[in-house]
Amino acid sequence: MIALETGLSLGHYLALGAALFCISLAGIFLNRKNVIVLLMSIELLLLAVNINFVAFSRELGDAAGQVFVFFILTVAAAEAAIGLAILVTLFRNRRTIDVADIDTLKG
Amino acid sequence: MDYALLAFYVFAAAAVMSAVAVISVRNMVQAALFLVLTFFTVACTWILAGAEFLGIALVLVYVGAVMVLFLFVVMMLDIDLVRIREGYVRYLPVGLLVAVVMLGEMFVLIGVKARMATPFGVNAASAATAGDVPNTTWLARALFTDFLLPFEVAAVILTIAVVAAVMLTLRRRVGAKHQNPMDQARVRAADRFRMVKMDATVKPVEPAPEEEAKP
Repeated sequence: MIALETGLSLGHYLALGAALFCISLAGIFLNRKNVIVLLMSIELLLLAVNINFVAFSRELGDAAGQVFVFFILTVAAAEAAIGLAILVTLFRNRRTIDVADIDTLKG
Repeated sequence: MDYALLAFYVFAAAAVMSAVAVISVRNMVQAALFLVLTFFTVACTWILAGAEFLGIALVLVYVGAVMVLFLFVVMMLDIDLVRIREGYVRYLPVGLLVAVVMLGEMFVLIGVKARMATPFGVNAASAATAGDVPNTTWLARALFTDFLLPFEVAAVILTIAVVAAVMLTLRRRVGAKHQNPMDQARVRAADRFRMVKMDATVKPVEPAPEEEAKP
């Protein structure tokens, strides 16, 4: 394999990760009533963290960072599956996914 | 500016713009499709960084499985979009403020300018000292030696998640006829029929006394 001489650096990836993190955080603020977009924003947050892991793994030459991304992907997939299952059950019982309507525990 | 850096800028711009589209479009099907685009472009940047296996895994796992699941759910649920968009404009200023301030703080904290000055060294996987192995081999050596137990635990987590998702969405319909495998396996002959000892109601006819011995 040819080692490419590149100007890419850790800073580029950290900047991209920070930008995606802040965008998805804003998404959680803006779409507070829509649980599906909230779940999508959480997936984006995890993706932003994964970018940092991959970048540091390349910078330090350590495989542990990429292995950790692998595990985060696993747990995120499980979380998406269970979250969507809860959402389907919720919609079946209440006919809504508006967060403001789900206040049964309010007392 | 070399080719890899140029490609990174294009991918990063596409990823940021599609991420903005995910949180701002009205239609949730379009949001899911933009999320697919975000994941795909980020996978491209990972491949640029030399993480080929994770880039392909991200496309396969997310674009192939998780996003299809999202699309299914979005299209299955009949959601009133007008009510759900209430409050979007009200929270827009505070959301933007928090996001921009946080972004500025992160940039200051990680020192983006200084970090961009020193490019990546030679890829650890393809370095001559490491034996010039592909990224997948390099990753698998760590995954199946040092991280074997977490790998097995991850498999268990996925299995439990599948079982939990099925159990959550399983619905017992009234009147539907089901087999119950537990009852089927547990059945014994004694449950099905009962042996009753009773007297015969008709007396058996006494056979006629034997005649003389046969010739």
